[in-house]
Amino acid sequence: MAKIIEPTIFELSSPGRLGVTMPASDVPETVLPPKELLRSDLPLPELAEVDVVRHYMHLSQLNYSVDGGFYPLGSCTMKYNPKINEDTCRLPGFLYTHPMQPIETVQGNLVLMYEMQEWLKEISGFAGITLQPAAGAHGEFTGVLMMAAYHKSRGDTKRTKMLIPDAAHGTNPASVGMLGFTVVTIPSDARGNVDLKALEAACDDTVVGMMLTNPNTLGMFDENIEKVIKLVKDCGGIMYGDGANLNALLGIVRPGDLGFDVMHFNMHKTFAVPHGGGGPGCGPVGVSERLVDFLPSPLVGIIEEEDEDTPPLYGFVTPKHSIGRMKAFHGHFGGGLVRSYTYIGMHGPDGLKDISQYAVLNANYLQARLRGTYKIPFDRICMHEFVMEGQFEGSDIRALDISKRLMDYNFHPPTNYFPLIVHEALMIEPTETENKDTLDRFADALIKIAEEAKSQPDLLHNAPNDTQFGRMDEVKAARELVLCCWLPENYETMK
Amino acid sequence: MKTPSNLKYAQSDEWFDPASGTVGITDYAQNQLSDIVFVEILVEEGEAVTVGKAIASVESVKASSEIYAPSAGKVSAINKGLSEKPEVLNSDPFGEGWMIKIEGGSAGDLMDSAAYEKHCEGRAH
Repeated sequence: MAKIIEPTIFELSSPGRLGVTMPASDVPETVLPPKELLRSDLPLPELAEVDVVRHYMHLSQLNYSVDGGFYPLGSCTMKYNPKINEDTCRLPGFLYTHPMQPIETVQGNLVLMYEMQEWLKEISGFAGITLQPAAGAHGEFTGVLMMAAYHKSRGDTKRTKMLIPDAAHGTNPASVGMLGFTVVTIPSDARGNVDLKALEAACDDTVVGMMLTNPNTLGMFDENIEKVIKLVKDCGGIMYGDGANLNALLGIVRPGDLGFDVMHFNMHKTFAVPHGGGGPGCGPVGVSERLVDFLPSPLVGIIEEEDEDTPPLYGFVTPKHSIGRMKAFHGHFGGGLVRSYTYIGMHGPDGLKDISQYAVLNANYLQARLRGTYKIPFDRICMHEFVMEGQFEGSDIRALDISKRLMDYNFHPPTNYFPLIVHEALMIEPTETENKDTLDRFADALIKIAEEAKSQPDLLHNAPNDTQFGRMDEVKAARELVLCCWLPENYETMK
Repeated sequence: MKTPSNLKYAQSDEWFDPASGTVGITDYAQNQLSDIVFVEILVEEGEAVTVGKAIASVESVKASSEIYAPSAGKVSAINKGLSEKPEVLNSDPFGEGWMIKIEGGSAGDLMDSAAYEKHCEGRAH
């Protein structure tokens, strides 16, 4: 890719240049609001249409995407999103429906949602599913609300503590904080499992439950998972599973069978819905038998059984002690549910199992190639991701330097500095779709960088050297929060 | 790594000066956090604190962390200028980077410098 120095759109602006020519007004002019409500300047760029298109085209060429290259961002699961999902979610029958249409006119959509509920039950081993939550963290909040409602329904109101391992995603304590519960952090042991002694000491009759990611953020399957769940349940707690890493377990282990009571699915990680800005998100929640009556309302159900002449009628049903609506309408239908339905349907049960097995195989292959060059603090067979230290004995090179240097090799860096329990963490998740050639090129680059760290450390300190922009001053950016490309006239007095 | 011997240390990397009641974060902590870009003191002068109460929130380019009271007592002073220059937590964690003073505090179960050094070494991961 050629180096393009792309000016800002304001720098490209030229007074009087237009993208459209407005016709003469054929409606009466109205009076402007009082002067005090108007600002004296509002700089807007002035450009022709072609200039705007080229500007954003150039910017998009600076972007790094999973469609453009390897993207091993651990914990985020930047898996490739098959393009067939884009076709199905744009089928007119899905695209041009409205959530307030009479149910008789959207039976196809309801069948898809009903089947999705059934499929997710089968995949996870849970008794009930809600498709409403807008994304994973919203799903967590939904799950914690159900946990609170369960205890409350039994008059068990002294439970205020949520147990969360130190390897957890930051969203777990945040979701708990939303309900006003207190977080009790449970440390990990030397093998990356939940520390059973610490857990046992924390388990009492004030525990709401535990939120556990399994495999955890170290990429480790908890070897004592059954003991952990038993300890929590024996003290009356509810076991919450953070489904962020379900992509390692498909067709192999079902969280419901392990004894989890509630879990959210991250559809972008497990079932190839696009990430972040490519969304929208989608975070269904599954629950065990004891929580099904608390599920959000409505669920999709069969409201009239079929007979000889007519198929069943699908519609909406409300669980007995429902916590209520979590979202206007029915969740992210087209962007989230149709895409993930396509992905699950396309792969089928055996294909889903393949996905997890290849994700785990790829991560272990990379770990095996990098072991010896990089320190792997929790060194055992990993699941779909692993964490290594981005530092070397007697060197001032840090994880950030290694990540920046990887950009010179045209790879997206792994996740930096998470989980917090590993010093200078580099968290690598290759995902299932990468072939051996790509994995080898990536491992070769990291091994070469480790050599460079010794022989030419400045190559790392100054990296990236070959990209459009060099090393950003992250400290200055975080300390001086000036985000405007232009400053209002009264900026000094605003401070 | 600096660990002044007149100070006492908490497992969660705060230091406490039994003589003056001053509290801050250790050299080990600032080094692990790397460049600190934001600090907010969460308690007010006159407020009573218990051991383990969050007294400040610190953000670096790597992570954000809560800072906990290493001793119980009454907050008698706050380093008001700190939020304007979070970088002093990196450059002078035991001096200019002090956070609060606790009146009527005690070193209780806190570690001495030798024990704290050992505690840090034990955290290879």
